[in-house]
Amino acid sequence: MEQVTTLEHTEDVYEPSLTPDSLGKLGMWVFLIGDTMSFGALLAAYAALRGGAGAIGWVPPSEILGIELTAFMTFLLICSSVTMVKALESIQKGNVGRMCDFLGLTILGGIIFLGLQAYEWTHLIKHGLTLTGIPDHGLTGAAISGSTLFGPTFYAITGFHGLHVTGGVIYLIVILRNGWSGRYTAEFNHEVEIVGLYWHFVDLIWIMVFTFIYLL
Amino acid sequence: MAQNGEHKHPRYWFIFLWLAVLTAIEIGVAIPEYSTVIKAILLIGLACGKAFLVAAYFMHLKLEKRTLSAIVITPFLICVFLVIMLIPDLTTDARHNAIDKPAEKVQETTPH
Repeated sequence: MEQVTTLEHTEDVYEPSLTPDSLGKLGMWVFLIGDTMSFGALLAAYAALRGGAGAIGWVPPSEILGIELTAFMTFLLICSSVTMVKALESIQKGNVGRMCDFLGLTILGGIIFLGLQAYEWTHLIKHGLTLTGIPDHGLTGAAISGSTLFGPTFYAITGFHGLHVTGGVIYLIVILRNGWSGRYTAEFNHEVEIVGLYWHFVDLIWIMVFTFIYLL
Repeated sequence: MAQNGEHKHPRYWFIFLWLAVLTAIEIGVAIPEYSTVIKAILLIGLACGKAFLVAAYFMHLKLEKRTLSAIVITPFLICVFLVIMLIPDLTTDARHNAIDKPAEKVQETTPH
């Protein structure tokens, strides 16, 4: 009896976790906070280089990229975000089949996104936007001076994001396979929630990338 | 969450609709030609609104402890600080003049 009370006392002095239901979730949040700084630094560098290039020194991104395809890609990621959250909702209600369907749709969204990005990159490279070159877009002479940094920053940022999407698709496939083998139930589904955190973060970053690189 | 969050879950399709509408507004704001500053403020505001919706409802930050939200907001504030520190470099013309006319600069500053 004496020992039990001592144990209870020890339990009491533990500091409660920020995410009491799963430590893994806290781990993912910590990783995402660090990743925010990576993307924040990249976007700040992009802004500084663009500002430094002067008003006419930067290739107007929308002129060569076209906004429709990217807008569709944004919409696609939003869709895959909502299917991800529906997958989590399904498993929290204990519906494994529905969770697997929604996870499959999320993966499909990610793969189509990557396919479109590959299409966009090939298209841009064919138009001359490479790490060292600038595309042929009608402007000549002094108007395009100092604009060669658009290519490197563009490929660095969208490439870094695409790498995150690729990682997310692989991560989701692993979780889907676990789901198929019956690992998750209405009581045990933190792993689905954690992959969801990662996937929504990738969507959130794309919202920022879309704004700063494609729209502004 | 699995046990206590069932009825507190937001209506996800409603959030999705909001995100889609905000994206459409963003494109509507971005296409016409007008003041870059106003455009930038509008677009960054809309993007922050979308980011808030994703973080608060899809990532369930609203259902987590508030301390976690405070920690998550910190890197965003640091990024804003980073951009503010870079603003002097964006607004000054000195660097561009130096790049455009290096020869003149040298002549001006050479003592005789």
